[in-house]
Amino acid sequence: MADTGEGRKGKPMEDMEDMEDIEDMEDAADGFIALDGLEKVFDVRRRVGAFRREKRRVRAVDGISFRVARGEMVGYIGPNGAGKSTTIKMLTGILTPSGGRVRVAGIDPSRERARLASRIGVVFGQRTTLWWDLPLIDSYRLAQRMYRVPDARYRANLERCVELLDLGALLDVPVRQLSLGQRMRGDIAAALLHDPDVLYLDEPTIGLDVISKAKVREFLRDLNAEHGTTVLLTTHDLQDIEQLCGRVMVIDHGRLLYDGPPAGLHEVGGSERTLVVDLERETAPIELPDVPDVRVVRVEGPRQYLAFPATGSAAPLVARVAAAYPLVDLSVREPDIETVIAKMYVEGATVPEDRTTV
Amino acid sequence: MRLYVLVATGSLRRYATYRVATVAGLFTNIVFGLIIAYTYVALWHLRPHLGGYTLPQAVTYVWIGQGLLAATAIMGGGFEDELAERIRTGDIAIDLYRPADLQLWWLAQDLGRALYQVAARGVVPLFAGAFFFDLALPVNPLVWAAFLLAVLLGLVVSFAIRYLVALAAFWLLDGKGAAQVAGLAATFWSGMLLPLNAFPGLLGEIARALPWSSMLQLPADVLLGTRGGWGTLGAYAFQAGWAAALLALGRLLQAAATRRVVVQGG
Repeated sequence: MADTGEGRKGKPMEDMEDMEDIEDMEDAADGFIALDGLEKVFDVRRRVGAFRREKRRVRAVDGISFRVARGEMVGYIGPNGAGKSTTIKMLTGILTPSGGRVRVAGIDPSRERARLASRIGVVFGQRTTLWWDLPLIDSYRLAQRMYRVPDARYRANLERCVELLDLGALLDVPVRQLSLGQRMRGDIAAALLHDPDVLYLDEPTIGLDVISKAKVREFLRDLNAEHGTTVLLTTHDLQDIEQLCGRVMVIDHGRLLYDGPPAGLHEVGGSERTLVVDLERETAPIELPDVPDVRVVRVEGPRQYLAFPATGSAAPLVARVAAAYPLVDLSVREPDIETVIAKMYVEGATVPEDRTTV
Repeated sequence: MRLYVLVATGSLRRYATYRVATVAGLFTNIVFGLIIAYTYVALWHLRPHLGGYTLPQAVTYVWIGQGLLAATAIMGGGFEDELAERIRTGDIAIDLYRPADLQLWWLAQDLGRALYQVAARGVVPLFAGAFFFDLALPVNPLVWAAFLLAVLLGLVVSFAIRYLVALAAFWLLDGKGAAQVAGLAATFWSGMLLPLNAFPGLLGEIARALPWSSMLQLPADVLLGTRGGWGTLGAYAFQAGWAAALLALGRLLQAAATRRVVVQGG
């Protein structure tokens, strides 16, 4: 992980200079968020022997470039330690990039963090911005003061969030007494009271039950559709991406592996879904010579696991199995994101350079 | 500005929700006050006018100290544990992207807490002391007002020191050790164990010149009236000077810390 990035070290200077021309075109439709060869390098000291310490460079973000247009809803995924949160931290200005450049709404985040803050909203699934010991409403009053939201607008936004996120009964409840799902909805509302142009969500559905997940997704979809809020979300849940995002970016080891529609991810990753069938009795492994690309991967008594390409539909397969075998029950398992990415990474499936800067 | 007032009142209300803790703290204050006060009674019988205090003044000093112990967070218990913990866990990231000044934010929070504790933990120990002992408390409301101003300045100095200690967590990754050392230092140098006036020779000179004397020794002297009118102004100047210097140092450290910030845990 230390220095795999030799090849990318010398990002051509001409590229950088070309970028200067486009600089600060704040509302240029195709570059509301713009990253060019963004890098973040950490020096990590590691102990070797009793007294000696070795300095090691870790390239957490290793030359990432992309554009996000205003009103886009983009998924940003990758395994743990891929560099997702580091990217988000540079986008919010908490971390200063080691190299390359980043602009959000024409603003250099680390240099003008305070000015940018009023235009972005941030939700961390694993942390809360709310005031732990006080009723939810106090956190919202605080947000109003902090972002200097005029009273009328504050009331309107609060009303909308309370209604859509179902917070009415919770406003007077101390945050520490909220369930995780309630707290997450409370956090999302807190991030939106000042009408941010961009919303960053860091694993917004982590740990939530199915109903809470659905509520959060529905709200985000409406927010994006009605207010044109640009949304960048990181997640480990492939369903978040499939249900919300028209575009997904995959990173690993600090580099962009894929940038395109979620469906294409399965194509590039060559991922497979699994059809689990329960038969009436144990039989020999299912054989369907006329359905291509299907194979039995596991047999557990009367239960059999069939892998088929994630790009195809399960319907014809199900029909064929039902016709030829004594079918009792079935379910379809989606490939999880880690597997897809792991596969992509192993196979070295990378997108052509020009597609990474769409 | 209104933002920070809101932060302070929120913090005040937050501490006010823990009533049992307040009562337990008061009980501790009274027990410790009794122990130290009886020790002083013995000491002042052996060495009358030690540090220029009469026995009633010395005993009053004890109860002022118990009344301010929680507010000044001399032995810990202020915002610093929370801030150090947020640095350790990475929650500090949330504080950093807010369009608010980190230092003012935490100052407002700590002052809110301290104001609650001046009211909730400050008054009862004085009454308890007056019940058991003959205290040298002034009747002039102006002296009390002067005292409260000195207390306020002392609270700011106390905050400024603890802010430095909490920021050390950026480098130490765990702030508990630093907080413990700071608590011990503050307990000794603030005069919580023995009035700094009673420290002999050079040690006394040093103790009275250090910022910790702003927290208890100077406010107590203003209330006891041992410094006179100009002495009170001198005390304010001393406190304000240390407050400004330490807050400025805190800003420098904050800038250095946020530059090198490696937010942990994600």
